[in-house]
Amino acid sequence: MKIVVLMKQVPNKDAVMRVRADEKWIEEGDLSFEVNESDGYALEEALRLKEKKGGEVIVCALGPQRVKAVIKDALARGADRAIHVVADDFGQAGPFAAAKVLAEAVREEQPDLVLAGLQSDDHGYGQTGVIVAELLGLPHATIVIDVDYSGEQLRVKRELESGWYQWYTMQTPALLTIQSGISQIRYATLKGIMAAKKKEIREVQPAIAAGEGEFQTVERIYLPLKQKQTQFLGDGDAKRGAAQLADKLRNEARVI
Amino acid sequence: MPNGILVFIEHRQGAINKTSFEAVAAAQQLGSSLGRDVSAVMLGADASLAVEVTGFKLSRIISGENPRLAEYTPDAYADAFEQVVRASDPEYIIFPHTYLVRDFAPKLAARFGKGLISDCIRMKAEGGHATFTRRLFQGKMDADVSAKGEGPVFATFQSGSYRAEQAERGEGAQVEPMQVEVGDVRMQPEAPFQEVKQAVDLTKTEVIVAIGRGIKSQENIELARKLATLLGGDIAASRPICDAGWLPIDRQIGSSGQTVAPKLYIALGISGAIQHLVGMKNAGTIVAVNKDPEAPIFDIADYGIVGDLFEVVPALTEEIQKLKG
Ligand SMILES: Cc1cc2nc3c(=O)[nH]c(=O)nc-3n(C[C@H](O)[C@H](O)[C@H](O)COP(=O)(O)OP(=O)(O)OC[C@H]3O[C@@H](n4cnc5c(N)ncnc54)[C@H](O)[C@@H]3O)c2cc1C
Ligand SMILES: Nc1ncnc2c1ncn2[C@@H]1O[C@H](COP(=O)(O)O)[C@@H](O)[C@H]1O
Repeated sequence: MKIVVLMKQVPNKDAVMRVRADEKWIEEGDLSFEVNESDGYALEEALRLKEKKGGEVIVCALGPQRVKAVIKDALARGADRAIHVVADDFGQAGPFAAAKVLAEAVREEQPDLVLAGLQSDDHGYGQTGVIVAELLGLPHATIVIDVDYSGEQLRVKRELESGWYQWYTMQTPALLTIQSGISQIRYATLKGIMAAKKKEIREVQPAIAAGEGEFQTVERIYLPLKQKQTQFLGDGDAKRGAAQLADKLRNEARVI
Repeated sequence: MPNGILVFIEHRQGAINKTSFEAVAAAQQLGSSLGRDVSAVMLGADASLAVEVTGFKLSRIISGENPRLAEYTPDAYADAFEQVVRASDPEYIIFPHTYLVRDFAPKLAARFGKGLISDCIRMKAEGGHATFTRRLFQGKMDADVSAKGEGPVFATFQSGSYRAEQAERGEGAQVEPMQVEVGDVRMQPEAPFQEVKQAVDLTKTEVIVAIGRGIKSQENIELARKLATLLGGDIAASRPICDAGWLPIDRQIGSSGQTVAPKLYIALGISGAIQHLVGMKNAGTIVAVNKDPEAPIFDIADYGIVGDLFEVVPALTEEIQKLKG
């Protein structure tokens, strides 16, 4: 079985962000990067399926050279090889353009399964996987929290809203978008890291030019406007903040 | 010539999803700013639920019908909706940003060579032009976005961005049935269910101390548990804590967990992503402790302490102990 995993590199979650001077994006020079959260779970699920059914796991990532960090980590955790679509100017690509590039990069692999994360932590489109499925002519299921491929048929458990779930039986090949928490993620071992050095990373060019396939323009980005008047307490002093808070909770909000 | 605005009305298991009416409110606002008609789209085996929408100010209700739409699947919905769009040639199509919409609408938009302007929280329409605001970086930044190229524009609105009560009422919108073709349906859904083991019900708890990734390790949860016990409350968490298995999933608050409204909600090391906020924003008093002064959780907090929770929580526990004597 051949499984492709789409993995994106995103700014570190704890990063403090500054708006770039042109107000179209953030200052990237400040940032460190990590793998998109749900994509890590997608890789884990792919590795588990491979362990059960045999086959090959191929990672595909679109982005500049720094994305190699995500690819190498995935190879160290057990992916067999990688396709890196090298592009410096797709950082702000919309979901259709990104999906087009990813779909064309993996099309000739004719995978049995494509796994994506359900949503990126930076743009948060929540669409790229589904569009890739449409472009490749594959059926899809989103927000998948369990995969049962023990028999002939692929069954997936989808998360619905407010604690509801639903199983789907899917035709294959198929694309699944994976929700975080599907299983516990393994770490790379030293052996894995050594083995990864010999694994293939194929570099390819994006199938379309940056700017093609865009249906939206970002006019401006900015810090969100506050909705509520928050009383900030302590002014950086934890002890003072705690004392003021205890007092406010008792005498102002009257909740303790 | 393209005409008007479509708004999608979602239903499941015989009931209309209330966030659809929020989408109606958004579509009506767009319609009145641009001087365009608003029509609703419903998909199903028949038009039996359309009567619940006829009371709104809408020019018509298009009911895309096929027996294979009785049960939701992304394949059937994308096929059906595509035909409605091609037949009515709208400028804008407005959706509520639900899990069901996330599941089929990107597929639909892709058939028109585009994606969705997704998960919008606001919209401004002036001089015949609409600007949508959506969140980036899990709520840390906002982006104003406008549509580019040929229509239709597909936009989804986050739940709570418009209020259902804002949807204007009107006089008996006509239901227009439309027979649609459905091609291959390549997935077979089973009946939706809830996990039975829901052991903890946090909806009646008056004080909740909730922890997020800022808690760093499972051992540190004790710190929060101590505070919760002192306050006679209970402990809850954001998704990553439950994903890691540090707390069971029935303590997860948010769109895929429980929705709570305690008297007091103390969020420790939680950034405030929308999927968490929807589960707790109706709490009476909200306290946030976070080392990042720009963390979105502060947008909805009554009291905030910017600082290290490992300093603040022990100090707070001590202060409350003093108060309680
Ligand atoms: C479809 C879908 C459904 C989802 N459902 C849910 C849901 O039901 N519930 C949910 O919670 N999430 C849900 N999520 C995930 C959500 O988007 C966020 O990823 C998640 O809520 C983030 O959790 P967090 O705030 O704990 O972690 P992070 O976003 O990583 O935030 C950690 C915070 O801790 C702060 N911090 C770090 N160290 C310290 C310290 N020493 N002292 C003080 N502060 C510190 C940081 O500044 C940061 O703000 C869902 C996502 C999707 C796409
Ligand atoms: N540049 C990229 N490289 C690899 N995968 C991507 C990229 N962009 C998006 N994806 C995949 O698509 C998913 C959803 O992204 P999004 O539509 O931006 O929320 C991610 O979780 C990834 O699996």
